[in-house]
Amino acid sequence: MTALEIRDLVKTYPVRNAFGRVSGEVRAVDGVSFTIPAGGVYGLAGESGSGKSTIARMIMGLTAPDSGDILIDGVSILGQRERALVQMVFQNPGASLNPRRTVGQSILVPLAAHGFAGDRRGRIGDLLDMVHLPRNFADRYPHELSGGQKQRVAIARALAVSPRLLVLDEPTSALDVSVQARVIDLLEELGRQLGLTYLFISHDLSLMRNFAQTVGILYLGKIVETGPVAQVFQDPQHDYTRLLLASVPVISAEEAAMRPVIPLINGEMPTAEELMALRAGLNAKEPAR
Amino acid sequence: MSDLAALSNSFQNWYRFSRNPTAVIGLLIVVVAILAALLAPHITPYPDHVGAIVDFRNRHQPPSAAHWFGTDNVGRDILTRVIFGLRVSLMLAFVVLIIAVPFGTVMGLLAGYFGGWTEIVIMRLTDIALALPPLIMALAVAAVLEPSLMNAMLAIASLWWTWHTRLVYSMVRQIRALEYVEAAETLGASKVHILFREILPNCISAIAVKTSLDAGFVILIGASLSFLGLGIQPPTPDLGTMVSDGASFLPDYWWESLLPGSAILFVALGFNLLGDGLRDLFDVEDVR
Repeated sequence: MTALEIRDLVKTYPVRNAFGRVSGEVRAVDGVSFTIPAGGVYGLAGESGSGKSTIARMIMGLTAPDSGDILIDGVSILGQRERALVQMVFQNPGASLNPRRTVGQSILVPLAAHGFAGDRRGRIGDLLDMVHLPRNFADRYPHELSGGQKQRVAIARALAVSPRLLVLDEPTSALDVSVQARVIDLLEELGRQLGLTYLFISHDLSLMRNFAQTVGILYLGKIVETGPVAQVFQDPQHDYTRLLLASVPVISAEEAAMRPVIPLINGEMPTAEELMALRAGLNAKEPAR
Repeated sequence: MSDLAALSNSFQNWYRFSRNPTAVIGLLIVVVAILAALLAPHITPYPDHVGAIVDFRNRHQPPSAAHWFGTDNVGRDILTRVIFGLRVSLMLAFVVLIIAVPFGTVMGLLAGYFGGWTEIVIMRLTDIALALPPLIMALAVAAVLEPSLMNAMLAIASLWWTWHTRLVYSMVRQIRALEYVEAAETLGASKVHILFREILPNCISAIAVKTSLDAGFVILIGASLSFLGLGIQPPTPDLGTMVSDGASFLPDYWWESLLPGSAILFVALGFNLLGDGLRDLFDVEDVR
């Protein structure tokens, strides 16, 4: 049973020259397809500029794709305003919670928007229980909370309307390392309890190794390699995957064993920015004047 | 819990505010001016001098125990008329701002959030309005219609909203890109909710600062209009009119125009000091 299916998604942005004329285009997402089985965790990895966040924004309806389709439980959600089935946890909980609204008021937003008729106060308390925060946090403001607590609130808010799929856009990259693991544990626990499907977007491969079942490596808007975590991490086929894996810091011998022994190709791989600049007809290496 | 937190929060804010002497002086002046205007009939020594009373035996009396601010050219008590004149000045500021601020704010929210044609139409309208000085506009309206307080207020308000539109517009442009606005969109919140519950609360402090600063400017414009004889008409006391009337008796009977003029200065100064204090308190930038 497939929870999320992405079909040949394309998004391009126009490149303008100094006079505001369109001189080319950047293919931010270039024909991406993948599926996530119900209850699965799909990891989407790639450096900044690879198109990760654009895919998340298209799934959430914040950006419209140029072509392709997004299906949840086999039904296309493009053009639908109602998106209770899929919710998102943003990268920086300090920015994704409105500083002028209490935790309870923030969690109330999706409840009110989707016409939740029952005991709202009780539901907010239940959601806080779910993310292991005290119920009286409902009356606190974001600035009174730590980063990890704020991210828990953001998770509770995303769960308020009982979604099937959660898009996690680098949910731990703004947090301390010690807090990251606890948030990941919570996500795993909630996934089991509620049967959630996760799309986990990150550039942190060591985190992905522990959390995801399947990974897709995104490079310049294309998925260059995909497969089960163990396979991709132990026997990477694409040069870019090797480069990514080689740059993961290794702590334990166990992790070192998982590191590929295949030698890297000579020279440096172009970064997304450099390649896009080349495609747009500019020379990225040209010294700034 | 939340009540306690809110209380401690407002206490902290008040403490920070109270450590700023100019802000406290501003607040004091504004509060005294508003109280005096409200209680004018009860606290003034000669409440009947508001009207067209003539007492030639007491004309041009210098300041004394009986008449603290002296008397004018027909023998009326100037202190009484200054306090009643405050009513007109404050009323002008209040009416202008209660029309201009909410309207300008909503326009700024719409232009900043929706962009596109909404933005083009609203922001070009503000450009046009900003090209016309409010005083000139009020003069033109008074010349075409008749000089009255109501016309002056409407003329000023019809231009004043654009300042708030520009302020709110620039703030919305920044706030709109923040994650909590996108989060609200993905959570299914309506446009009305996003504009008035997510974005507006984060603009309120800047609007409050600007409104306080504006009050001083509007009072000055109102006084200028009356000075030119285009504001409120006699015998209703007005600070600008009193400065104008007293000016023909300068320098011998200096109190007749200098003391009402000082009253204008003090009220305008009070609002400006208060606005500056609020700006420091809220740590708002980009407000004049």
